[in-house]
Amino acid sequence: MIEANGLAKRFGSTVAVDGLSFDVRPGTVTGFLGPNGSGKSTTMRMIMGLDRPDAGQARIGGRRYGELRWPLREVGALLEARSFHPGRPARAHLAALAASNGIAASRVDAVLAQTGLTEVAGKRPGKFSLGMAQRLGIATALLGDPGVLLLDEPVNGLDPEGIRWIRILLKQLAAQGRTVFVSSHLISEMALMADHLIVIGRGRLLADTTVAGLSAGSASLEDAFFELTSGASQFRAELLTQELLADLSVPETHPTADFQPPRQGAGERRQS
Amino acid sequence: MTTATASHTHRSSSSGGYGFRQVARMEWIKLRSQRYPLWTLVAMSAVMVGIGVLTGHNAPRHDPSGYDPTNAGLAGLAIAQLVVGVLGVLMITGEYSSGLIRATFAAVPKRRLVLAAKIVIFGTGTLVLGEILAFITFFAMRLSLPAGVPHPAFGQPGVLRAVIMAGVYLCLVGLIGMGIGTIVRNTAVAISVLVALLFVLSIVLLALPHHVSYPVGKFLPVIIAENSLTAVAHDSPALPVWAGLGMMCLYTAVLLGAGGWLLARRDA
Repeated sequence: MIEANGLAKRFGSTVAVDGLSFDVRPGTVTGFLGPNGSGKSTTMRMIMGLDRPDAGQARIGGRRYGELRWPLREVGALLEARSFHPGRPARAHLAALAASNGIAASRVDAVLAQTGLTEVAGKRPGKFSLGMAQRLGIATALLGDPGVLLLDEPVNGLDPEGIRWIRILLKQLAAQGRTVFVSSHLISEMALMADHLIVIGRGRLLADTTVAGLSAGSASLEDAFFELTSGASQFRAELLTQELLADLSVPETHPTADFQPPRQGAGERRQS
Repeated sequence: MTTATASHTHRSSSSGGYGFRQVARMEWIKLRSQRYPLWTLVAMSAVMVGIGVLTGHNAPRHDPSGYDPTNAGLAGLAIAQLVVGVLGVLMITGEYSSGLIRATFAAVPKRRLVLAAKIVIFGTGTLVLGEILAFITFFAMRLSLPAGVPHPAFGQPGVLRAVIMAGVYLCLVGLIGMGIGTIVRNTAVAISVLVALLFVLSIVLLALPHHVSYPVGKFLPVIIAENSLTAVAHDSPALPVWAGLGMMCLYTAVLLGAGGWLLARRDA
C-alpha cells in the first residue's frame, strides 16, 4: 500500500507536483499516467525518499521510506533505466545491494535467472543493450522479494517481446498480492497492463479510477486521456509557442481567444 | 492474495534493520568488484617507488650534509596524492554519473551511513596500501643510495615517523577527494577542485613575494606533506609535524562534514 498525501514539489519557478494525493492498493497493477513532464518521476522519487517534498508526505505500509528497516525487502524500484555502474558486473552489483539489506546471496542468482541475465551475470553492464539494462533494473527491484514495486517507464525503449515480458511479470506480481505502481506515458500499454489508473497533469490529480471507468465515457482510453489532459497539454503548447516567439523577438503576437497568460514573467517578456 | 504482502511486512519487522555493518559490506563489494581502482593503484605504486629509486640513485655524493634522503625519496607523493585523491572523488561522483546513487540511497535511505561506510572502507584501504607503499618506497630508495652517502635507518630520529606519515597523508588526501566529490557530485568539477587544491594553489603562491607565500604556503597540503609530515627534522617556516597532521585532519573533517550535511539535505 502506497499513500501519497498532499505531495508538492517545485524546482525553481517550475511547479513539478502540486498537492497530489492518492492511494495505491495491493493486488492490482496501478498505472500512473500523464504527459511528459507532468510530475510522474518526481512523485515516484518523493515516494522513494530521493527527492524531498516541499509539502505533504508519502507513506509505504504506513511508514515513510526513510523509516523502513530493510527498504529493499519492502520496496523494489526501477526509477531510471541505468542505475548501476557500467564497470561493475551485474552479479556484483546485485550482491552489493543484497548485502546492504541482509538479503540472502541466493536471491542474487534467483533474480538473475528470473530476468534471464544468468549468462551475462559476470559481464560488465556498460555495454548492455537497453533491454538488458532494463532487465537488470527489474532484477534489482525484485532482489528483496518486496511487497511493493515502483517502476518508472519500465517499457521505454523495449522491443515488443520485452514489453510483453514486463506486462506479464507485473500482472503475476500483482496477482501474488503485491502493490505494483507503474508509470508510463504510453496509453495503449497502460490499457493492457493496468487495472487501476492514476492520471496526473501539471502535477495535479486528474483521475483516480479503473481503466474501464476512465474509458467508459469516451470512444477509447486514448480519447479519454486526451480529454482529461487537454488542459495540461494545451497549456504547455501555448507556453512553448510564447517563449519561442519571445526568443525570436517578435514584437506582437496574437494569442488565441481562450488563451490565458500562464505566468507573469512570460507575459512581460513577450512585450519587451 | 494478502498473505504474500503480510508475510513481507512480518519478516522485515521481525529483524532489526540495516546498520553500519550491512552498509560497509555493500561498499566493500562495490570497491573490489571494479578493476580500475586496482590498476590505478598499481600504476601509482610503480611511479612512487620509481621516483624513490631515482632520488636514491641521484643523491648528492659530495656534500650530503643537510640532505634528507628519506624526505627526498618520498617525493613521489606529489604524484601519488593526485591518484588517490581522484579515486576518492570517483568513489562518490562515479555513483552520481552512472545513476547508481539512486539504487544506493533506495537501499540505504540513511545517506550519511553510506558516506560513513565509504569513509571507513576507502580510508582503511588507502591507509593500508599507503603504508605498504611508503615502506617499499623507503627501502627501494635506501637500496639505491650510493655507497658514500649516509643511509637512513628507522633507529634514527624522525625517519620511521616520516615514512609512516607518507602513508597517512595518502589516506587523508583520498578522503579529501571523497569530501570534494560529495560536495560537488560532478566528476570533472570535483577533480578540477582537487587539482587546484593540490597543485594550482602552490603555483599561484610561487608568484607572490615570500612574506605572503611563506605564511600561507605552509598550510597547503602538498607543502605539509613535503616540509612537515615526511621531513625527518623540523625546519622553521614549515608547520611542526603534529600541527601539519592536525591541519590535514581538519581539512578532511571539514570537507567530509560539509559533504555529509549536504548529502542529507539535497535531492539525490
